Amino acid sequence: MLEQLLFVLIAIAAIWLFARNVKTIRRNILLGKDIDRSDNPSERWRTMAMVALGQSKMMTRPIAGFFHILIYAGFIIINIEVLEIIIDGIFGTHRILSFAGGLYNFLIGSFEFLAVGVLLACIIFLIRRNIIHLKRFSGVEMKGWPVSDANYILIAEILLMTAFLLMNATDNKLQQLEAAHYHTAGSFPVTSALASLLPNNESTLVLIERTCWWFHIVGIFAFLNYIPYSKHFHIVLAFPNTWYSNLNNKGKFNNMTSVTNEVKAMLDPSFTPPADATPGRFGAKDVTDLTWVNLLNAYSCTECGRCTSNCPANMTGKLLSPRKIMMDTRDRLEEVGNNIDKHGKDYQDGKALLGDYITPEELWACTTCNACTEACPVNIDPLSIIVELRRYLVMEESNAPSSINNMFGNIENNQAPWKYSPADRTNWINN
Amino acid sequence: MNELHIKTMADYMAAGEEPEILFWVGCAGSFDERAQKITKAVATILNNIGIKFAILGTEESCTGDPAKRAGNEFLFQMMAMTNIELLNAYNIKKIVTACPHCFNTLKNEYPGLGGNYEVIHHSQLIQQFINEGRLKIENGETFKGKKITYHDPCYLGRANGVYEAPRAVIEQLDAELTEMKRCRSNGLCCGAGGAQMFKEPEKGNKDINIERTEEALALKPDVIAVSCPFCMTMIRDGVKLAEKEEIVQVLDIAEIATKANGWT
Repeated sequence: MLEQLLFVLIAIAAIWLFARNVKTIRRNILLGKDIDRSDNPSERWRTMAMVALGQSKMMTRPIAGFFHILIYAGFIIINIEVLEIIIDGIFGTHRILSFAGGLYNFLIGSFEFLAVGVLLACIIFLIRRNIIHLKRFSGVEMKGWPVSDANYILIAEILLMTAFLLMNATDNKLQQLEAAHYHTAGSFPVTSALASLLPNNESTLVLIERTCWWFHIVGIFAFLNYIPYSKHFHIVLAFPNTWYSNLNNKGKFNNMTSVTNEVKAMLDPSFTPPADATPGRFGAKDVTDLTWVNLLNAYSCTECGRCTSNCPANMTGKLLSPRKIMMDTRDRLEEVGNNIDKHGKDYQDGKALLGDYITPEELWACTTCNACTEACPVNIDPLSIIVELRRYLVMEESNAPSSINNMFGNIENNQAPWKYSPADRTNWINN
Repeated sequence: MNELHIKTMADYMAAGEEPEILFWVGCAGSFDERAQKITKAVATILNNIGIKFAILGTEESCTGDPAKRAGNEFLFQMMAMTNIELLNAYNIKKIVTACPHCFNTLKNEYPGLGGNYEVIHHSQLIQQFINEGRLKIENGETFKGKKITYHDPCYLGRANGVYEAPRAVIEQLDAELTEMKRCRSNGLCCGAGGAQMFKEPEKGNKDINIERTEEALALKPDVIAVSCPFCMTMIRDGVKLAEKEEIVQVLDIAEIATKANGWT
């Protein structure tokens, strides 16, 4: 009875904490400017089903893609077992869902294979990151916390799967020994092989089984509360992130309405801009100037680096890294959020995303080629952040490279980015 | 009038006629010496097929694309609105461009500012002519047995999903189309997009066009095909730097079509 009470208390605390963290993140995301992404819901559901649920963009890198899908499938399917663990925890029962008979045996058997698959995938991922040192996982932004974070996640999953398998192994042996409470339930195609390695003493077995059971479920609750602080939050946000992703042609940049009003007023003096048109700031200097979709993108990023490894600027040694753009955006947003929690919502810390996190040199290295948006497995769009920051540099600070300013001047004066006379436009005909 | 029989919208209007299509030449196509040849090739194809087309001539302006990519939305919208006023005054319905940047801007960004036209890239028009049997690849310079690789421009490929049209021309030839590893949606930028064409590259350890040209040259092609005047400049520079300009030609899709037909 005490055990059940303890279990219920831990479960409630874990879920309450998680909900609180999610609420803070939601608040932070909504600090972004509004953007309408409610159009074409059927296409949005389809995109989410394909890209997030179906992992359609993961297989472009087959090795990582395969093992990721293994972990993903393992995570989702083994969660059915967690459901049972929770019910058993609350009511003090043992394998309550075993009434399903053959189906139950099939499920438990599949979980075992999946758990071994997950274990294997996590080990391979650890080797890729820490022994092979794949280039994709390095870079200026991959120092300190991002490196540890990735390793913690993999180690946590290895521990959870080990506990899960050991729990099954001892349970199986206890069932064979016909121990009290451990009635026959489930089939254990993998862990039954471990029976001979386990002690024969019933109370030792119960101790191991209980320890693993508790470790597994408390571990899951702890992991649940680690996720909001980690890149691992992508397991939740991949879904809304793909639902709200850009459905337009990638080459289409948004036309700024605030600018349209000003240009119309300039070309036609009788034009009166709509009353609700707030001038505000042109482009983005800080995270609050970006849209909430940009900020959702930042929290959805799992730092896999496919964007950066496909970025032509990055692969030729320039400072730009689309992954860094996303990580900087998230870090700055967390900072702004913490400031609000500590000092109230109007607090200004004198810092900004542009300048304190992202430098103009990074921004001017971008060729707007969309390789990053194409590569992202969850449809994150670093390019729109880069463009918004460039807009601020150009329109608010007139801070563009001089050659770019010359190009602007040529367009204004000669209607071409080069210094040619408009009268020469048809010279090609007779050249 | 001239040997290419190019007429402007103003000419058509004066004659009380309307062309089937407006050929948006673009700034590179108008002023860049190498790109002018691509412009001529497109005009030649339109003439030989017998399409009534017009250009805007001296009335044409920059679409505003490089300003927009660089972050100057004011300048972009000034250009866009002035152009839209002109295009609407001429009652333009259909536009063909020889530049993926003009194509992208006119197609995707002008509608929101009141400019609604059917916009196609010249490779799509050529593909359509081939499909309709109006353009045959014959009687001209032979590409038989030649190895051709095609470089996808970002603003035609990834930006707008046009991958097959430019390849359709090459597939008509008796040539071997060899793909680079980074092709189609995985294509590597030539380094000119996003207004990079108008500035020096940021500090790095290599220029992007060199990286891309090396990838193409590794296939030992006879021709590197492109369909964007900026890619043309970048890849040609790369080929020159590798001192391969004697053995590797860089040609636009339109030029390949005219050469193969013996049209000059």
